Amino acid sequence: MLFDSEIWQITALSLQVSAAATIISLLIGLPLGTWLALGNFRGRSFILSIINTGMALPPVVVGLVVAIMLWRSGPLGGLRLIYTPAAIIIAQTVIAAPVVTGLTAAALEALDPRLQQQLLGLGASRTQMIWYLWREARLPLLAALMAGFGSVISEVGASMMVGGNIRGQTRVLTTAIVLETSKGEFGQALALSTLLLILTYLINLALTWIQQRGRKVDYQSRKGTLSASRKRS
Amino acid sequence: MIQISDLVVQRNGLDVLRVDSLDLQRGETLTVVGPNGAGKSTLLLALARLVWPSHGDILYDGKSLKDWDELVYRRKVSFVFQAPLLMDMTVEQNVALGLKFRGIQKEETRARAGKWMKQLGVESLSKRRAGQLSGGEAQRVSLARALVLEPELLLLDEPFSALDPPTRAKLLDDLSALLTENQRTAVFVTHNLGEAAKLSHRIAVIVGGVLRQVGTARQIKSQPADETVAAFLHELPQ
Repeated sequence: MLFDSEIWQITALSLQVSAAATIISLLIGLPLGTWLALGNFRGRSFILSIINTGMALPPVVVGLVVAIMLWRSGPLGGLRLIYTPAAIIIAQTVIAAPVVTGLTAAALEALDPRLQQQLLGLGASRTQMIWYLWREARLPLLAALMAGFGSVISEVGASMMVGGNIRGQTRVLTTAIVLETSKGEFGQALALSTLLLILTYLINLALTWIQQRGRKVDYQSRKGTLSASRKRS
Repeated sequence: MIQISDLVVQRNGLDVLRVDSLDLQRGETLTVVGPNGAGKSTLLLALARLVWPSHGDILYDGKSLKDWDELVYRRKVSFVFQAPLLMDMTVEQNVALGLKFRGIQKEETRARAGKWMKQLGVESLSKRRAGQLSGGEAQRVSLARALVLEPELLLLDEPFSALDPPTRAKLLDDLSALLTENQRTAVFVTHNLGEAAKLSHRIAVIVGGVLRQVGTARQIKSQPADETVAAFLHELPQ
């Protein structure tokens, strides 16, 4: 039987861990995806294919590999991270980073390629050019963020394997649901599932609201300038 | 101001542009004409330092583009593409974009953007989003965005090609007056020899990736350098 305080602790840990993994994935995925989208180098397609494969990585496989790495006798065992929230963050970052990277690359590749030259032709530095390309692709980039968060808040395999589902330490909503179900406590499992769904919904509602705020204007902008001009040329 | 010598630009190992020699004086407007895919846009991209030649050199004020600091040089130039390529922001923000890149103070930016929006007749649209503009309005904003920078070198890649003839004629008149009034050096790509004659001091003809002839409209019409140029001129709308 779970008590209120324990439920809040599990919920807070779930949010903290998944938010941290999403932010780290964004810090990795945004520059990496940009480099892949804008770069023109040998091996680019190969790296993109690896990233795209990474978008479909099974969480249990990630959990297994991260567990082997962090195991006491493993290469990173000295860090003593196995069965800690940090281990879950690492595993979830491995799951979310390819998602954010792949969708960032796709978002930037969807922009008119001449936009880069236009920004440079107006005197933008490379950094300014990238900033304004991100600004122009902000709607699909927010979708990348949502997809990254969605991929980790809902996963259970990796959290279970590297976190160990330790009560009060590494138990998160998904692992708690698995535990309650295995004990036959379906009522508890359903309540936790509902809580997880509500949380996921609220976070995505907020991100969707931010995304859709500029949708109408963005749609008109593309219709009136970029897309239309592409047709003309 | 600009000297091009033995320039070769390649793409995927193939020559897409070859210019043996071309000079451009300060305050001069040069029009580049040629069929589609002839290499006209490549010449502008090379002048803007947005593509690198595989051979030869471009000198700007006597100094090779390779020796110019990339950003310093690019900020002397502004580029207008065939498509307006406006950003998803208001007209005023679009016009002010290049000034923002250069870190110009807000008040000066507002004043200069206001001046050039007025010059191009888009002042009343300043708060409108780019997506709400017609094709002609978007082209005017695109021109204002380049001219507000008061660049030493203005590069225009068929900026009126998508417009209807009356709008095109009006914009051409406006641009011609602005270039004369402000003594700008400009390279203008077009398909229309009439436009070329109206706007520029000299015309350069590029056919098949090779600069074939440079001269006044009259010289080119009366004495085409070779049969390729003559055949191309014959096909052009006058």
